[in-house]
Amino acid sequence: MNLALIVLLPFLGAMLPGVLIRSGRSAAALGAGLATTAALVGVLTYLPQVLAGNAVVTQLDWMPALGLSVSFRLDGLAALFALLILGIGLLVLLYARYYLTQTDPAGRFFSFLMLFQGAMLGIVLSDNILLLLIFWELTSLSSFLLIGYWSHKPEARAGALMALAVTAGGGLAMIAGMLILGGIAGSYEISAIVRAGEAIRASQDYPLALTLILLGAFTKSAQFPFHFWLPRAMAAPTPVSAYLHSATMVKAGVFLLARLWPVLSGTPEWFFAVTTVGLATMLLGAAVALIRTDLKAILAYSTVSHLGLIVMLLGFGTKAAALAAVFHVLNHASFKAALFLGAGIIEHESGTRDLDRLGGLRRLMPLTFVLASLAALSMAGVPLLSGFLSKEMMLEEVAHTAYLGSDWLLTVLVTLGALVSAAYSFRLIRLTFFGAKRADYPTVPHDPGPGLWLAPAVLVAFVLAVGTYPALVQTLVMAAAAAVTGGELPTVTLKIWHGITPALAMSGIALAGGALLMTQSRHLHWARPVLARLDMARLYEWLVAQAEAGARRLSEALHDGGMRQMLVALVLAALVAGGWTFFGTGLGPETRPLLGVPMVVAAGWLSLAVASLALMRFHSNRLLALVLIGIVGLMVSVGFIYLSAPDLALTQITVEVVTVVLMLLALNFLPKTSMDEPLGRRIRDAVLASVAGLGIGGLIYALMRRDFVLPPISGFHVENSYSGGGGNNIVNVILVDFRGYDTFGEIIVLGIAALVIFALADVLTHRSALRRLVAWSPDQPRAGDAHPLMLVVATRLVLPMALMVGVYIFLRGHNAPGGGFVAGLVVSIALVTQYMASGLAWAEARQRFSYHGMIGAGVLIAGLTGIGAWFAGKPFLTSAFGYVTLPPLEKFELATAMAFDLGVFLTVVGAVMLALSSLSRLAQHATSDERKRGGTS
Amino acid sequence: MELLVASAVAVMSGVGIYLILRRQTFPVVLGMAMLSYAVNVFLFATGRLVVDMPPVLSEGAAGYTDPLPQALVLTAIVISFGMTAVVVLLSLGAYIVSDDDTIELGEGRE
Repeated sequence: MNLALIVLLPFLGAMLPGVLIRSGRSAAALGAGLATTAALVGVLTYLPQVLAGNAVVTQLDWMPALGLSVSFRLDGLAALFALLILGIGLLVLLYARYYLTQTDPAGRFFSFLMLFQGAMLGIVLSDNILLLLIFWELTSLSSFLLIGYWSHKPEARAGALMALAVTAGGGLAMIAGMLILGGIAGSYEISAIVRAGEAIRASQDYPLALTLILLGAFTKSAQFPFHFWLPRAMAAPTPVSAYLHSATMVKAGVFLLARLWPVLSGTPEWFFAVTTVGLATMLLGAAVALIRTDLKAILAYSTVSHLGLIVMLLGFGTKAAALAAVFHVLNHASFKAALFLGAGIIEHESGTRDLDRLGGLRRLMPLTFVLASLAALSMAGVPLLSGFLSKEMMLEEVAHTAYLGSDWLLTVLVTLGALVSAAYSFRLIRLTFFGAKRADYPTVPHDPGPGLWLAPAVLVAFVLAVGTYPALVQTLVMAAAAAVTGGELPTVTLKIWHGITPALAMSGIALAGGALLMTQSRHLHWARPVLARLDMARLYEWLVAQAEAGARRLSEALHDGGMRQMLVALVLAALVAGGWTFFGTGLGPETRPLLGVPMVVAAGWLSLAVASLALMRFHSNRLLALVLIGIVGLMVSVGFIYLSAPDLALTQITVEVVTVVLMLLALNFLPKTSMDEPLGRRIRDAVLASVAGLGIGGLIYALMRRDFVLPPISGFHVENSYSGGGGNNIVNVILVDFRGYDTFGEIIVLGIAALVIFALADVLTHRSALRRLVAWSPDQPRAGDAHPLMLVVATRLVLPMALMVGVYIFLRGHNAPGGGFVAGLVVSIALVTQYMASGLAWAEARQRFSYHGMIGAGVLIAGLTGIGAWFAGKPFLTSAFGYVTLPPLEKFELATAMAFDLGVFLTVVGAVMLALSSLSRLAQHATSDERKRGGTS
Repeated sequence: MELLVASAVAVMSGVGIYLILRRQTFPVVLGMAMLSYAVNVFLFATGRLVVDMPPVLSEGAAGYTDPLPQALVLTAIVISFGMTAVVVLLSLGAYIVSDDDTIELGEGRE
C-alpha cells in the first residue's frame, strides 16, 4: 500500500461517520474502525522490511518551486509511532462507542477523532518539513475541536482555546525555525536536513533555529513553562484524553525532537536547554500529581512529568539515552492510555472522579481494579511491568550523566522524581480502590460491559507482556532507536535483570520512598499554593488580556466604525507608503520625450479640469453635479480617441450615458441638494485630497516619461492577434481570446451585480420600505406631460436604427473598434430611451424576454463556447476560426470567439437593463400611488 | 501631453477623494465615479501615450500602441458601472428605509 494512501485513509475515514451515523453509532464507529484497520494493515505489511532497517519512501512533487513535496518515509521511528497511533486509535474507537452518552453527537466525535488520526499519522510519516508543519497544525486544530467537543461547558471552550493558542503559537515559532533549517540545508526534505546536520550545528543561525524549534516541541509536548494547557485539556471526553493528550499528540513534540535528534543534538546548548526543561517538567508534574484529587488531573500532570522524562533523555544526546526515550514512549503510551480509559470507566460507573469521593471500589469493580492497578504499578516502575524496564534504562543513563558540573546532582533529582512518581501512582490506587466501601457514591459502581473494559485490558496485557518478556518489542525499539540516532547502535538486549547496578539501587529507593511518601500524602496540603504559583496559566491569561486590549485600542484608533475616518486612515496610509517609497528610492532618468499638445486637446483638458474643480465646489447642487460629471466623462472619452484607444472611447461614452441615467433615476428619490459641512472639515479634506491627487498624478507622470523596464508582453498579442485569434482588433482579441478567462469572470461579476441590484430593489418594494415608498411624494414640480409625443415618436423611430448600429458594432468588433461590450451598451441605451419616453409599463408590456434570462444565457453561451474547445482537445476557451463564402455575400469570417462575444453582449444588455429597470420599478411603485391620490403636484 | 494627462489624473483623483469624504451618500457616489475615471486613465497611461497608432491591425500602420492596458481598462469601465449601480441602489435603499442619507450613524442632519 502506498504510504500516501496510508496517510489518506484516516482522512477518508473521517468522512464515513458523518454519513454512517444515520445508521447508528455502531455503524459510525465501525466505518472509522475499518479505515483505521486498513491503515494499520498497510503499516504492518511494511513492518518486516522496516524492522530489517530499510525505510520505505514515497515522493510526489507538489509545489516544487517552494520545495514542498509530498514525501513520506516509514522508518523504525515512524513505524513505532504509526503503530501506536493506529493501534491505540482502534482501541479508543471501540471504547468511545460505548463511552459516549445518547445525547452526544457521536458522528461528529468520530469524524474529529479520525481527522486527528490522519494528521498525527501525517506528522510521523512526513519526510518533508513543510508537509510535516501542515500536519502539525492540523493536529492542533483537531485537538481544539475535540477538547471543545462538549461545547456547552465553559471549561471545555476555555481549555480548547488555550490548547490551540499555546500549541499553534508554538507551531508558528517552529515554522520559522524549520525554514531556517531548510535554508541552511538547501532542502526541506528531512533526510537531506539530517545529512546536513554537521553544517547546521556549525551555522551561526543554529541557536536561533534551535530556540524556535524547541518552542514548538515544548508547547506541543506540554513542557514547563508551557505545560498548563494539558491539565485544562482534560475537559475533553476521556477517550480524547487517553488518545491525544497522553498517548499520541503530546508525543508529537517528543517525536520531533527525536526526528531532528541527529541534526540538533550533541551541542552544549541542546544538552542544557532540553535536559533542564525536561528535568524541571518531570519534577513539577510529579509534585502536582501528588497533591491533586481529580483522577484525570493526576493523570494529566503525571503525563506532563513523563513527557519531561522523555525530553530529558533526548537532551542527554547519547545513543543509549535515545534508546531509553523511544522505549519509554512506547511504554508510557500503553500504560497511560490504559489508566485514562480506566479513569473514564470509574467516572462513567460511579459518577465521579474525585478521589475524595471515591475509595473502596476494589470489591465493587474488581476487573477495573486489576486493570487500573497494573497500569498504575507500571507507571510507578514496579518490576515485571513494562514501565520498570524503561525507567531502569533511564536511571542507568542518569547515573552516568554529569549535570551543571556535578556528577551526582542529576542522579539525586531524578531519583526524587521517580520517588514522587511512585508515590502518586500508589496514592491513586489506594485512594480509589482501597479503604472502606462508601455509601455516598453518586451512582452505585459496578464493572462495565466488555465494550469499555476490552480496550484497557488489551493495553494492560501488552504492558504485562512487555514487562515479563521484553524481547517481544526488542526489534521494534531497536529499529526506532536506530532511526533516531541515524545508524549503528550498541547492541542492547532489553531484559529485566541487569545485575546489581546503580539503577537498581535508585529504583529501589524510589519505590520504597514512594510508598512511604504515599502514606504521608495527606500532610502535603501546604504544597498547593507553592505549586499553584508555578502554574503559568495566570501569565498566559494576562498576556491574552493584554493582547486583546492592545488589539482593541489599535483598531479603535484606526476606525471607530465610521466610514469617513476609515477612508481618511486609508488615504493617509497610502500617502505615507507612497511617499516613503518615493523618497526612499531614486528615480531613473526620463527617457521618453514629451508629446506635443494641439489646441483642441488643450481645450479638452481645460474643460475637464474646470468641470472637475467646479464639481468639487458645487457638488451640493446635485443636478448640476451630474452635468459636470458628464462633462468629465465626455472629455475622458475624447482623450481616449486622441490617444489611440478607440475601443475605450466607445465604451466610456456609452457607459457614461447609462451611468447618468442611473443617477438621475436615483436622484428622483434622493434630496436634490447636499447640506453644507463645516469649513474646517472641508479644508482638511481638500488638503488631504490635493496631496493625494498630486501624488497619483506625479506617479503617472514619472511612469509616462520612462520606458518599460522590461519589454511588455503586448508584443505577443500584436503578433498573434490575426494569426492566432483571427482578428485585427487586438483589444477585442485580447478580451475574447487571449484573456478570455478574465472576461468570462468579469461578465459573471457584472451579472451578479445586476442580480444584487434587482434583489435590493425587490426588498425595497416589500413591507415597511414599501409604505415609505408609497408615502413618498415628489419634491420637484413634474412636467405636465410625462410622455411627450415628440419624444415618444422620435425614440420609436430611432429604435430600429439604434439596434442596427448595435448589431453592426457587434459584428465588426473582431476587426475594428467595437465588440460585445460596446454593442451591449449601445443596445441598452436604445432600450432605455424607450423606457424614458414611453414609460415603464409600456416598455414592459412589449418586452419579450426577461433580463435575468439574458444574463443567464450570456454567461452560459460564453461558458459553453469555452467548453467547446475541450472537444477539440484544447484548453478551456481556446478559440477557432475559419473563413466562409456564402454567395451573394463577400467572404467572411466565422470565429468561436464571436459566440463568446455574443455571451458578453447578452450579459451586458441583461445586466444594464436589469439594473435600470429595477430602479424604474421603484419609481413606478411611488408614482402609481401618487396618481391614486389625485394627480401630480 | 504627458503633463496634461498626469494633471488630469491628479485633478480627478483629488476631487474624487474629496467627494468620498463627504457626509452624504450622493457625493460619495459621485466621488467613486470620479475615482474610477482617474484610475482607468491611470491604468491606460501605464501603456504610455501614443498618438495615431490604434491597436487595430492594418496595412501601412507605423506601429501599434500597447493594447493590453486598453483591454484591462475596457472591462474595468463596464465593471465600474456595475459597482456604481450597486452603490447607488444601496444608498437609495438606506435613504428610503431611514429617511436619512448620511453615511454615518448618529451623524444626522443638524
